[in-house]
Amino acid sequence: MTGVSIQHALLLAALLFVLGLVGLLVRRNLIMMLMSVEIMLNAAGLAFIAAGSRWGQADGQVIFLLILALAAAEVGVGLGLVMQVYRRFNTVDVDRLSEMRG
Amino acid sequence: MEQTLFFISALIALISTFMVVIQLNAVHALLYLIVSLLASGFIFFLLGAYFAAVLEVIIYAGAIMVLFVFVIMMLNLGHKTIDQEKSWFTPGIWRGPAILCGLLLAELVYALSSGQAGGDMHVVSSKSLGIALFGPYLLTVEAASMLLLAGLVGAYHLGRPLKSKVTS
Repeated sequence: MTGVSIQHALLLAALLFVLGLVGLLVRRNLIMMLMSVEIMLNAAGLAFIAAGSRWGQADGQVIFLLILALAAAEVGVGLGLVMQVYRRFNTVDVDRLSEMRG
Repeated sequence: MEQTLFFISALIALISTFMVVIQLNAVHALLYLIVSLLASGFIFFLLGAYFAAVLEVIIYAGAIMVLFVFVIMMLNLGHKTIDQEKSWFTPGIWRGPAILCGLLLAELVYALSSGQAGGDMHVVSSKSLGIALFGPYLLTVEAASMLLLAGLVGAYHLGRPLKSKVTS
């Protein structure tokens, strides 16, 4: 019986990260962009867990906990910003929020 | 066998993440995102990180996704909300996430009943995690608590209603 190899886990983490990055770059809805950031953070956490599991150390899970706290804080502030943007501009489309264009 | 389970759940994670990126409706994307996070949690379980798997399900797929649901619902206040919700949850919409979730459940049942998940991987126990967290990483934990406090205050400040709207 062979376990999960770290190469496959890291490959999955990279693929998930790229999918999240593509979503962040392609989508123009603020909520969808926040979701893509969540996907990318989750992929980074998966890489840390895989490395921690490969060497049998707890450090990988510690860093995953920190990523979790970071994601929670980021989502709280980000969604507050989305609400504020929607109240002021009545849209969550980032292409229409171009008031700073010179 | 573990590798087969890993490949199936990795495939589920990739498919559901791809569906998140291409879905037009935010709620549909949210359903697929929850499936993707559950698949990631199962992969953590296979990798021997049991505590991280539990946290992934509770905090990521539970708490953070509920925040997204709240904001999406708050942004859609109006007369057409009920019609919208009716059209959101037609069987064609939840069939995809439900099938993927069923596959994950079957995998989980199989892994638990065969009793060999994480058997030959390095299982990192919650005890060693706690010792590391409150030993060498104590300062980092304090910094994370300050970050969460800052996030709480920031979200409260940003979430307040506008005092006076500028009328033009």
